[in-house]
Amino acid sequence: MPATVPLAWYLILSAVLFSIGVAGFLIRRSILTVFMCIELMLNAVNLSFISFAQRWKAVDGHIFSFFVMVVAAAEAAVGLAIILTVFKNRNTLEIDEVSSLKL
Amino acid sequence: MDGLIFLTCAFIAVACAINLVLQTHPISSAISLVGVMVSLAVLYLLLGGEFIGMAQLIVYAGAIMVLFVFVIMLLNAGAERKYKRSVWATVLGVPLLLGLLGLVSYFIHSRVPATDSVQFGAWTGGSARDVGRVLFSTYLLPFEVTSILILIAIVGAVVLAQKEFD
Repeated sequence: MPATVPLAWYLILSAVLFSIGVAGFLIRRSILTVFMCIELMLNAVNLSFISFAQRWKAVDGHIFSFFVMVVAAAEAAVGLAIILTVFKNRNTLEIDEVSSLKL
Repeated sequence: MDGLIFLTCAFIAVACAINLVLQTHPISSAISLVGVMVSLAVLYLLLGGEFIGMAQLIVYAGAIMVLFVFVIMLLNAGAERKYKRSVWATVLGVPLLLGLLGLVSYFIHSRVPATDSVQFGAWTGGSARDVGRVLFSTYLLPFEVTSILILIAIVGAVVLAQKEFD
C-alpha cells in the first residue's frame, strides 16, 4: 500500500456519496429518509472541501465546511419542526400524500 | 498505511450510504447515516482536519443525528409502505447511475493530475488554533451572520413545533 493517497480518490468517493444521496432523495417516499439523504449530500460536498484544503495547504476549505455544518444544523432543526407540523396536521410521513401544492 | 485506512473508511462509508438508501425503516437509515459520518470524520483526520473531524463527530454524528432519532421515535415512524415503481425506473435506474458514476470518475481521473496526492501529516494547518485564527479574522463577518441564522432557526423551530394556543 502506498503512503500517499491520490487526490482523485477522495474526489471520486465524494462524487459516489453525492450520487447515492441524490438516488435516495429520488426513490425514497418517507420524508425522514429523504431528509437524511440531503444530509448525506452535504457531507459528500464537505469531503471535497476538506481534500482540496489539504491539497492547496489552505485552511479556507475547513472554514467553508464548518459553515456548511452550521447551516446543516439550522436546516435540521427547522426541517424536523416542519416534519412534526406536517405529521400533526396530516397524520402521514409519505411525501406522495403531502401534495396539495401540486398542480 | 494511508491507502489502507482510506480504502477501509471509503468502503464503510459507501456501504453505509447504500444501506441508508435501501432500508425501509427510518431508524435503520439513521444508524447507517451515523456510520457514514463517523467514517468521514476519520477521513477528515487523515486529511489533517483535526478541528473539523471533531466538529463532524460532535455536531453531525452527535447533535443532528440525535435530533433525527428523537423525531423518529416521537412520531413512532414505521417502515415505509410498498408502492409501485415504474418498470423503466426499476430496469434503467441502477445501470444509468453506475454509468454516470463511471463517467464522473473518468473525468475526475483525467482532470486531476496523477501526481496530486495527499499524505497524512504533510500539512497540519487544520488544528483548532489555525481554524480559529482565520475564522475570527478573515471570516469574521460570515461568522457573525451565521449566529443570526442560528438565532432565526431556533425561533422558527420553536414557532413551528409549539402547540397552538387558544
